[in-house]
Amino acid sequence: MIEVENLTKYYGDYHALKGVTFSVKKGDILGFLGPNGAGKTTTMRILTCFFPPTSGKASVAGFDVFEEPLEVRKRIGYLPENVPLYKDMTVEDYLIFAAGIKGVEGKKIKGAVAKVMDECVLTDVSYKFIAELSKGYRQRVGLAQALVNEPEVLILDEPTIGLDPKQIIEIRKLIKNLAGRRTVILSTHILPEVSMTCQKVVIINDGRVVAVDTPQNLTSRVQGASRFIIRIEGPSHEVIKTLEAIQGVSKVIRRDSHAANGIGEYTIESLKERDIRRDIAPVIVNKGWALIELRPQEMSLEDIFVKLVTKE
Amino acid sequence: MRNFYLIFKKEFKSYFSSPIAYVVITMFLILSGYFFYNTFALFSTISFNATIDPALAKQVGLLNITESVARPLFGNISVILLLMVPLLTMRLFSEEKKSGTIELLLTYPVTDMEVLLGKFLACMAVFTIMIALTVLYPILIIAFGQPEAGPIITGYIGLFFVGASFVSLGIFASSLTENQIIAATLSFGVLILFFMMGTSVSLMGPTIGNIMMHISLIGHLEGFAKGIVDTTDIIYYFLFIVLFNFLTLRVLESKKWRG
Repeated sequence: MIEVENLTKYYGDYHALKGVTFSVKKGDILGFLGPNGAGKTTTMRILTCFFPPTSGKASVAGFDVFEEPLEVRKRIGYLPENVPLYKDMTVEDYLIFAAGIKGVEGKKIKGAVAKVMDECVLTDVSYKFIAELSKGYRQRVGLAQALVNEPEVLILDEPTIGLDPKQIIEIRKLIKNLAGRRTVILSTHILPEVSMTCQKVVIINDGRVVAVDTPQNLTSRVQGASRFIIRIEGPSHEVIKTLEAIQGVSKVIRRDSHAANGIGEYTIESLKERDIRRDIAPVIVNKGWALIELRPQEMSLEDIFVKLVTKE
Repeated sequence: MRNFYLIFKKEFKSYFSSPIAYVVITMFLILSGYFFYNTFALFSTISFNATIDPALAKQVGLLNITESVARPLFGNISVILLLMVPLLTMRLFSEEKKSGTIELLLTYPVTDMEVLLGKFLACMAVFTIMIALTVLYPILIIAFGQPEAGPIITGYIGLFFVGASFVSLGIFASSLTENQIIAATLSFGVLILFFMMGTSVSLMGPTIGNIMMHISLIGHLEGFAKGIVDTTDIIYYFLFIVLFNFLTLRVLESKKWRG
């Protein structure tokens, strides 16, 4: 649905994009992650045909952004980062304007606007001027104008920035509901957002793509080793020795310094390819200790992000 | 075509949903009314004195209501327009740039041309309303005298061209900056220059003087106010309007080629 190939962009002497390549399948939600100034907004502006790249190719729904910008724009709903809206218009007037200009047929405009106001919970403020609305409502108007012509592709630049937690959850739910029906690219620097809503993550830093994968794969890929947290009731020294003797275990560390009721918590690192969980339980039971808990410790997306971005 | 109409409608509405149009139109009418009153009152005083003093009548020569009241009206109105039109045009692109709405507007499936035409004609519509309200003055002239209809009609045609020229230059200035005050200052400056060029003709050599006379915005209005529709004047205004609209389009497009 979206193909981006080797995009570069210069702003004067400043090299904002240094060869960005990725693609998005139809119906996917792609998380676009990166620190401030990494090139997220620039990439999005190229995809929405606001300006062309210095070099490289990008196409949306089979149309090149440089050759056929009008065809691309017809198929895109865009929510820019700071949600610029005409403040002197009422919510309804603005959405009617947006629907018309985005090519919704005259007769269907009313229905489309009513539907999108319902979806974005705007019906109560439809008669209000946009200038009077709170940030959360403006964000929803921005989303509504992006959705009003039912575009195939949605490009959302930091859709949840500046919202309160309840609004964030609502917006995420709204975006998640679109999965399958629409292709979505959303940029953010809030990491849990990506793991919650996206099927695919593109991490971009300093104008380059540093990783493209599913949130799950990214986690295991970057980790290099599997980690488990295990709680065992038994003598600490012996426990560590026994665990280290299991094949595939590379490291055992005691997590808590003092044992409470003889229960100790340990971190086990093992080679990635080998699932050692199966082997652990019998060993412990054979020794006559109690296995209280065994859970994998996943590296959070935050850890991955920091690792990827600081690697350079 | 439809996109152009939607932008036109939105821009036109927004003139009246803020106080801009009301304030500008009101000030314009106060000023033009004041000028009109002055010329008309002066004319009637001179006429009255001339009827009782034959010597004075000989001195002032032919007293003609078309020449003395209607004709200066268009010159006066055009000077007031010079001050008012930049206030109508200054926000058209600057505001969109400042608030960032231009990013959304230009990522909608519209061409730069449709955006520009919509804005240009919305401003022209407000301008036309403004000008239409001054029809009261010719009506007053007709009520108290017998002016010729021709020069009044051509005078309005001329005003319309002058207005369209002001608007196209004002929009160009607005497309250059995100600051409305800069946009207005640029328009004032350039318009006044174009306006005053004709006055310095006598100081220049014959060649340059002649060129300046032809470039001057006001020089081309005189014919219309006299009742003469000269193709030279029409072509001048037409080119002026096309030139600045063309430059605005290039500015809108330049974001694609810059850096």
